[in-house]
Amino acid sequence: MSTFSTSQFKNGLKILLDGDPYNIVDNEIVKPGKGQAFNRVKIKNLRTGRTIEKTFKSGEKVDGADVMEKEMQYLYTDGEFYHFMDPESFEQFEASETAVSDCVKWLKEEDICTVVLWNNAPLTVVPPNFVELVITETDPGLRGDTSGGGGKPATLETGAVVQVPLFVPEGETIKVDTRSGEYVGRVKK
Amino acid sequence: MTAPKWMPECPLSAIQKRAFLYQKIRQFFADKGVMEVETPVLSRHANTDRQIDVFCTQSINSIDDFAYLRTSPEFFHKRLLAAGSGDIFEIAKVFRLGEQSHLHNPEFSMLEWYRLDFKLGCLMKEMAALMQSLFVAFGLPELPVRHQTFTQLFEEYVAINPFKTTQKNLNDLSVEYGFHGADLSRDEALDFLFGVVIEPALPEDELLFVDRFPASQAALAQIDPDDANVCLRFELLWNGVELANGYQELTDATEQRTRFKADNEWRNSHGKRAKPIDENLLAALEAGLPQCSGVAVGLDRLLMHLMGAGGLSAILPFSADRA
Repeated sequence: MSTFSTSQFKNGLKILLDGDPYNIVDNEIVKPGKGQAFNRVKIKNLRTGRTIEKTFKSGEKVDGADVMEKEMQYLYTDGEFYHFMDPESFEQFEASETAVSDCVKWLKEEDICTVVLWNNAPLTVVPPNFVELVITETDPGLRGDTSGGGGKPATLETGAVVQVPLFVPEGETIKVDTRSGEYVGRVKK
Repeated sequence: MTAPKWMPECPLSAIQKRAFLYQKIRQFFADKGVMEVETPVLSRHANTDRQIDVFCTQSINSIDDFAYLRTSPEFFHKRLLAAGSGDIFEIAKVFRLGEQSHLHNPEFSMLEWYRLDFKLGCLMKEMAALMQSLFVAFGLPELPVRHQTFTQLFEEYVAINPFKTTQKNLNDLSVEYGFHGADLSRDEALDFLFGVVIEPALPEDELLFVDRFPASQAALAQIDPDDANVCLRFELLWNGVELANGYQELTDATEQRTRFKADNEWRNSHGKRAKPIDENLLAALEAGLPQCSGVAVGLDRLLMHLMGAGGLSAILPFSADRA
């Protein structure tokens, strides 16, 4: 297993603490003029998503967390787990509800997602930046309204609700930016 | 947007304000008859301080292993004082290895001054007067000055008496405040609580003088003759950041040698290289350092606060990354 000295701490470094993988999101050196130096870090627990603050004595060593990212295809959910497949090895992985909680509303079968693996198990799932989804429910479209002046809520096939322009009807396929949750445009089929 | 690498990182106004600051500091001391001095940056000896790492370079003279970039001009100042210089100050570039953050740069500017026959309380008064004169010069309101002892500070912010609490209590408290790792020594735990818990919680817009530090953190300060547990040392904090560190100076050569040796023994047992003890300083103490108090002020941090900036990059033209 890799180890890191506090002098190697930087944002994005993945470390292992009390059995959980963490991502360093902020690192600050605290040094009283005549005293011991410390590294005060904000770290995000990659399993639970919680961010906490910890302080290490400068010069200490910390275990790294063997975390890797892989592009995988989302297959289906069995109600309990979300199944992904590595398109190169065809190996399948089960992601828990916690791992997909941030993105479940964008998950469409066959889409390629970024899966963060820790100890070969999915830790978190990041959806594609743009997804194309069918509107399953929205108020009827208004002919003639082509500007983005107003908007209305539309429910998509995955359950996500986004604001769409008034002219967009039910049954349309639209493109959505998953990072902002915003409507991008209609998709011509 | 950050400027291209060749350009100064800070705005020109910060460079102008620094020039103005130095002019005001020089005027303050000129008015009081304190003489400006200049002392070597490169030294054949080094500070043994346990928690300060020194830049070292090729030797000046072949009988030495290395030469060192000074971490403070204090040893030279004491040699001048022992030689009869009278009150002195210096605006000095100093160097500390590995210290880099939004509040640290490996080389920085230090104002250091010494006043003969000043007790620590007199020096704190003069320090406050200098600060208030700078506030006026920079068009800022004067700030209230508050004094707290090291003990009062710990009692107020972490509800312990730092001298009486048990080691176990210190360790438990450190863990409670987010420390991760093997148990800290007593002084390390106090450093942790001071730097990580207390300093960020201090009120803004006041000058806080903290004194009566533990004797174990005396460095070059006298131990209080009336209480062997504490030393005659103060720190000045502004907006939760340490700006200055002052001592009623240790004048006893034997005691100073004992502390240097203890530092080096500690260094040896902690995997750090022992440092060559400055025999010239000890000889000066033996010849007779007059009773005096002295203080070192971090000028970059001072300028940063005078300009209301949140980090050194706002006031340094060429931080270590651009140097």
